[in-house]
Amino acid sequence: MPEEIKAHITGVVFQIPAKPGDRVAAGDAVIVLESMKMEIPVEAPRAGAVKEIKVQEGQTVQEGDVVAILE
Amino acid sequence: MYSEADRGAPHVRDADQAIEIGAAPARESYLNAERILEAARQARADAIHPGYGFLSESWRFAEAVQRAGIVFIGPRPDAIRKMGDKIEARRLMTAAGVSVLPGSLDALADAAFAEAVAHEVGYPVILKAAAGGGGIGMARVAKPADLAAAFAAATRRAQAAFGTGDLYVERYVERPRHVEVQVFGDERGAVVHMHERECSIQRRHQKLVEESPAPRLSAATKEGLTAAAVAGARAIGYSNAGTMEFLVDEAGGFYFLEMNARLQVEHPVTEEVTGLDLVVAQLRAAAGEALPWQQSEIVQRRAAIECRVYAEDPAKGFLPSPGTVQKLELPSGEGIRIESGVETGSTVSVHYDPLLLKLVAHGATRLQAIERMIDALDRTVIEGVRTTVPFLRRVVASPEFREGRVHTQMLEQGAFNA
Repeated sequence: MPEEIKAHITGVVFQIPAKPGDRVAAGDAVIVLESMKMEIPVEAPRAGAVKEIKVQEGQTVQEGDVVAILE
Repeated sequence: MYSEADRGAPHVRDADQAIEIGAAPARESYLNAERILEAARQARADAIHPGYGFLSESWRFAEAVQRAGIVFIGPRPDAIRKMGDKIEARRLMTAAGVSVLPGSLDALADAAFAEAVAHEVGYPVILKAAAGGGGIGMARVAKPADLAAAFAAATRRAQAAFGTGDLYVERYVERPRHVEVQVFGDERGAVVHMHERECSIQRRHQKLVEESPAPRLSAATKEGLTAAAVAGARAIGYSNAGTMEFLVDEAGGFYFLEMNARLQVEHPVTEEVTGLDLVVAQLRAAAGEALPWQQSEIVQRRAAIECRVYAEDPAKGFLPSPGTVQKLELPSGEGIRIESGVETGSTVSVHYDPLLLKLVAHGATRLQAIERMIDALDRTVIEGVRTTVPFLRRVVASPEFREGRVHTQMLEQGAFNA
């Protein structure tokens, strides 16, 4: 079942290490946010394939925003 | 000068003249030397105080300011450059007779060389970035088998953060204290120290609580630290305010860590303890005046503690908590000093450091300063963003803190959690 990956903090998208189709393990960084001079990974909650990345580098996301979809 | 994000900030409103220098992202404003110099020219400023973030330790910026015919309020660019290169700093301090941790004196060519040095130094070791700061690119390595992977990861992180992946390796000290010495020099070569600050309560290698005098510091260690700090600063012809940072091990041995070639966030601690105004002294020194004090006149008159109130959630590993300050109530009274950048309604932006305010308490004794700090934390109300206030209260009220039994690894080991 597809699962939404949500940002757990407010920040700016700094890096997107994963791309659609990538297999990720639980705990892998899908998106890296930058907030208050810290780089904070948004991690895959479980293993799976990345279905969609919903954000772009430089974009500001709020806590709770969906940043990616896991297959 | 201020960025678009700080347009409504209290310090901008309080200024006689304020110039907007660019958009919220720091590289378009506070890290943009050209914009800053433009604003300085527009205001016909004769000096720039770089503060303690952003470009304050950029020797290139200091040099650009001087080239523009403007006084840079801080050390000379070559002193900043020498201390900014952590490997060069280690070498210079060793030459000046200041003890450094056993480790490499040059940048490590590769993982194999790192292994050879680590073998000589003894495990565990710590890898650090030559251009380092703020804990970025640091990695503790417990055994030889882990070194190659840690070396590759630390190189990558250092390269991304500082533009150079150069690393060095040092012995890793278990349960050390972070004790630093405030130094001050004039343009004529005189250097004094303004005693020590204990700053062991840290998360992510960044300080949360600082105090002076340092508790449980033997007279011999204190004497050695201050003498080493002055000798080190003299050796590089240091002028203006600076801080020599040391690790102190459980036996009282101390090792030079790095020098911060600027005013520190925690300078109010030293001001409250000595009764001297460091920023005024910085302006005077930058104007070419001789140091206004003899070493013997600089005395620790009382005890002071600073707590850094960050917009972070201690319950979630100190994750950033940007947002809007819905309500702000700050304590006041005998022995309390506050340096705050926010007020009710302030936006706490994702673009900058999460420091909201500094709470400083002083007292005739350390115990009185602690009691005042606990009371001040109890009376601090901040709504709208998560803050370190409840965590700081647990630290300051803990038996470990009261007894001065602290070290820099306590927080990562889970101390003071609710």
